[in-house]
Amino acid sequence: MKILITAQGDFVAQRFDLTAEVVLATVENGELVGKSRTIIMDRPSPEDLSNMIMEENISVVICGGIEDRHYQFLTWKKIRVIDYVIGDHETVLRRFLAGELQPGDLLPLTRSDLSL
Amino acid sequence: MMKKTFAVPGEVVLDDLLAGFPHASAVLDEGFKIVALNHMLEALTGYNRDIAVGVYADFILRSNMANSRGQVFQRVAETGETVSIVGDIINRSRKRIPVRFTVSLLRTRRSNQAKGLLVVLEDISAIQATVQTTLLSEWSTNIIGHSPKMQAVFEIMPLMARTEASILITGETGTGKDKIAETIHRNSPRGRFQFVKINCGALPADLLESELFGHVKGAFTGAVRDKAGMFKLADKGTIFLTEIGDMPLPLQVKLLSVLDDRAFYPVGGERKEKVDVRVIAATHRSLSEQVERGAFREDLFYRLNVLHIHLPPLREREGDIRFLLDFFLQDYATRLGKEIQTFSEAALRHLLEYPYPGNIRELRNIVEYCANICRKSNIEKEDLPRYIFEKRTEIQQTVLPAASAGEAVREKRPAPLVLERPAVAENWPATEREMILQALTTTRGNRSKAAEILGWGRTTLWRKMVRHGLA
Repeated sequence: MKILITAQGDFVAQRFDLTAEVVLATVENGELVGKSRTIIMDRPSPEDLSNMIMEENISVVICGGIEDRHYQFLTWKKIRVIDYVIGDHETVLRRFLAGELQPGDLLPLTRSDLSL
Repeated sequence: MMKKTFAVPGEVVLDDLLAGFPHASAVLDEGFKIVALNHMLEALTGYNRDIAVGVYADFILRSNMANSRGQVFQRVAETGETVSIVGDIINRSRKRIPVRFTVSLLRTRRSNQAKGLLVVLEDISAIQATVQTTLLSEWSTNIIGHSPKMQAVFEIMPLMARTEASILITGETGTGKDKIAETIHRNSPRGRFQFVKINCGALPADLLESELFGHVKGAFTGAVRDKAGMFKLADKGTIFLTEIGDMPLPLQVKLLSVLDDRAFYPVGGERKEKVDVRVIAATHRSLSEQVERGAFREDLFYRLNVLHIHLPPLREREGDIRFLLDFFLQDYATRLGKEIQTFSEAALRHLLEYPYPGNIRELRNIVEYCANICRKSNIEKEDLPRYIFEKRTEIQQTVLPAASAGEAVREKRPAPLVLERPAVAENWPATEREMILQALTTTRGNRSKAAEILGWGRTTLWRKMVRHGLA
């Protein structure tokens, strides 16, 4: 099973349509096979990204905000979409492997520095 | 200069402050995490405060305001300048919402140090929907056209509306140059300011100068008070100079300087007036030909011709005639309270074959005439104006040398001779003589060019001219 996480730096990208970087991982029997790899796209394009998801035979997409039409397209293609995830993609992947990742999950982020 | 600051005494609860805002708003800390937000932001994003507070604003807003890695927030924090950006967000319901973001810096009263940011999100989806409806209706019904040539014009118009460059609109009389200019203006960022139209061919030079640039009291006899010119009236808006080809040469110089400097002296004035005006010019003449003849300044031509729209004559707009006939018939029937439904086959045949030298204006007038005259439910051949049948026997010649969109200004090749309806009662020698005359008229007596138009050698033309008694 192949998993794609839309990324922006260390975090899950805020938006699917603005994603220019993705992390690909292969999972078998709940374990990560080899290392995850990062792919930089030519430009942010939801259409190109959707095509890539189809070509790479991705089974699960983990992303941030996504427009309904793109979400519907992916789910129509029998791809599981875990959207509106907030957090760094390494932790997100670990959570997914542990079977604990849900749509809308907010991973523990620093809640300090509220100095105002 | 020391900046005066005012603050509400005591500590203000930010949530209370934001609750009074008419738009979705949030306060961020120095690290751009959300400190406080109002209910409107909760509703807009779909995140409640329990989740949003303490989280980086980017993850909650999910905007496209080029804030990758907090760039916009960082810029505001560094420069202190308020930034306003139009963009969109994708909310928790997977819906894209157009938004105007305004990000401003919050400082502390005592140390004047930056302590955070205020982010206001104005939902502009209603405004955008209205604009789109207006655009659609203006683009498609106010200006009618389904022909490929008009579609090309429609495609380029929104792009032109978004720029600030001067536009030159060319096209025969009655092709709708004014309408196009006004539509571009209304849909441009200058749309809420004035659209001032002035016909450069309708006034004598001195009067035109005064109309365009204004005058000061005592500048000439009768100038009893200061008068603001059209350029001043159109400040921040658009000035539409129609029949620019008829503008006198001395005024062309002044217009050029306004375009270059964005400032001018009113007639008799000593103080330079600064203006911010977009210029759209239109003409039914070929400006490049006028430049060649020395009737139009070349530098002004290039200055105006930054963007160019050529409106095709009606006879080149396949399919549009029928569409326009029906549109105007419906319009006039409603206005006149008549129950006219359509054109009879015979009437329609004549109307479709007619070349419409006056273009849409003429077509509209013909339909208005028919709608007034007609007493039945269908417009018959008898209801058509008589001159339509008379004109059919005339040789049609275009007013403006034919030029397709985008190339009207560089037509170096001779204009094609349009011989749509040769005189049916005449024989070939008479027609040939007419053709020669027509070609010579078009080329203003230049035999080489006339021969080229006719597809003959120069000698052949000469021989035929002698035969017809034209040499």
